[in-house]
Amino acid sequence: MPEIRNYTLNFGPQHPAAHGVLRLVLEMDGEVIQRADPHIGLLHRGTEKLAEYKPFNQSIPYMDRLDYVSMMCNEHGYVLALEKLLGVEAPERAQYIRVMFDEITRILNHLMWLGTHALDVGAMTMFLYCFREREDLIDMYEAVSGARMHAAYYRPGGVYRDLPDRMPRFKKSKYIDDKKVALLNESRGGSLLDFIEDFTNRFPKLVDEYETLLTDNRIWKQRTVDIAIITPENALQLGFTGPMLRGSGIEWDLRKKQPYEVYDKMDFDIPVGTNGDSYDRYLVRVEEFRQSNRIIKQCVEWLRNNPGPVMLDDHKLTPPKREDMKGDMESLIHHFKLFTEGYTLPKGEVYAAVEHPKGEFGVYLVTDGANKPYRLKIRAPGFAHMAAMNEMTQGHMLSDVTTVMGTMDVVFGEIDR
Amino acid sequence: MSDYYNKLADSLRNRFAGKYDECFVSTGQLNFVVKKQNLIEVCTALRDEAEYAFDEMIDLCGVDYSEYAGGNWEGERFAVTYQLLSVKNNHRLRVRVFVDGEPPQVASVTGIWKGANWFEREAFDLFGIIFDGHTDLRRILTDYGFVGHPFRKDFPLCGNVEMRYDEDKKRVIYQPVSIETRVNTPRIIRDDHRYADRMPEEDSSNA
Repeated sequence: MPEIRNYTLNFGPQHPAAHGVLRLVLEMDGEVIQRADPHIGLLHRGTEKLAEYKPFNQSIPYMDRLDYVSMMCNEHGYVLALEKLLGVEAPERAQYIRVMFDEITRILNHLMWLGTHALDVGAMTMFLYCFREREDLIDMYEAVSGARMHAAYYRPGGVYRDLPDRMPRFKKSKYIDDKKVALLNESRGGSLLDFIEDFTNRFPKLVDEYETLLTDNRIWKQRTVDIAIITPENALQLGFTGPMLRGSGIEWDLRKKQPYEVYDKMDFDIPVGTNGDSYDRYLVRVEEFRQSNRIIKQCVEWLRNNPGPVMLDDHKLTPPKREDMKGDMESLIHHFKLFTEGYTLPKGEVYAAVEHPKGEFGVYLVTDGANKPYRLKIRAPGFAHMAAMNEMTQGHMLSDVTTVMGTMDVVFGEIDR
Repeated sequence: MSDYYNKLADSLRNRFAGKYDECFVSTGQLNFVVKKQNLIEVCTALRDEAEYAFDEMIDLCGVDYSEYAGGNWEGERFAVTYQLLSVKNNHRLRVRVFVDGEPPQVASVTGIWKGANWFEREAFDLFGIIFDGHTDLRRILTDYGFVGHPFRKDFPLCGNVEMRYDEDKKRVIYQPVSIETRVNTPRIIRDDHRYADRMPEEDSSNA
């Protein structure tokens, strides 16, 4: 009889199902995984150390690049930490804008997750469907901040500018003819809010479409049901947050339990799973699409009727208007000071957390009264989830590794920081 | 919320008398500085006792205080900070232990919260803090064969070595860095009068 030995399989660092750069060392017994040892850090850029050498505002764009599929939520965590320590609060309109864009970001992130998760498991169509809708959401980002991904839109004291009155439109070119232009511009006739409202009206039907393709799909169920079951006790022990925790049946959502901004005025539900397997986490996230859509609707309604400032008037913290700078010496000094030295924070420390699409995104900030952070620690939800890789894959087949990776919704920008 | 945390702080002071150094509320958050030798005992109680029920460890990180406020830090150089969350009672707590020595050593909490595993590996990698009782204390974020602990304040921002492909040796080699750290904006500490009444010392006295 031949000798049977475990063998070690190297997965990655470049692998299409790794969602970035991950090296997984898998110890296998035939096709069954005995131990998984993820080697992370291939995308480590030292964001936290870099932030120690920059005035507070200059680190906001770094936050976009952490979890690069849910950009504004990362900014939100950082900005919230600064605001908490400064003891200021953004104007109400800015808070509504933030909540609205947090939810747009949540849909953006979950679409990415659903598309790639399904693609990993073998459903190509989902990927194309999801990216079609992502395009609209990214256009919203572009309309409001000027950048399609790395927005740097949230600032301490509000958001950088108000929502535009006119949604950018497509123009005829040698690649798109009049008919196509008319089709593309169909919902872009009005303001950004009109465009968002049109999207929220369309979106529930699209979610139904995704569900038709997946929810009762035999192959999808075979690949996700009972894969990587996490019990509620285990989920807490492992430090899970967000949909990973809710999938295990724990009703925990910072938006409800420790509300920030205007989430306490919003009407929405928290979906929870029952079995804690990959399929339940899928159902939880799909329901979050619908709930986010509801929140966006409420924000659009409020924002339409309540114009107002979107940034604090305190020019020690926020830039003065450009017109003012031309004639007013003080404004010019404020502007110069703010963009060179920045502002100082009181001595102390603070931890601020937001319900990021992937879980709890926390920022722990230690300051010594300087214009730069003394220590910035970013608590990335994916880091705790990735740490459970070994536990979640043990005893499963090699092909389930991609399912587990998909269900964790990993993005290496935030895990490696 | 602050009232709630003031009460919780009182309860902590009574329960853990002699086992902590500081316990105060600042910016609405509860800070608890635990003596190093009591860490495991305190953390176990924090997890298991129904009044606290900190069933989840959200974050663990190291802090190097050697250059705090312009280098005027008196006390142990490193701190390990634990952000605890109770899903049951919906409250948070920040536990800190200060450690000194080279290498700094502190007990591992992986036996209390499994999720601490990677966070402790990260703190070891970036700060060189040794966690006694951790079964798998390897580097996690830095490169294989990395030398030094990059998040310590005496580690330069641009690092010590750079990597390039050597045409003669036909492989990637490491060499000392050829650049200097450039900081565009100096670090300035201003005693801002606007914050005079919000210093943490003030908070601790009325907490």
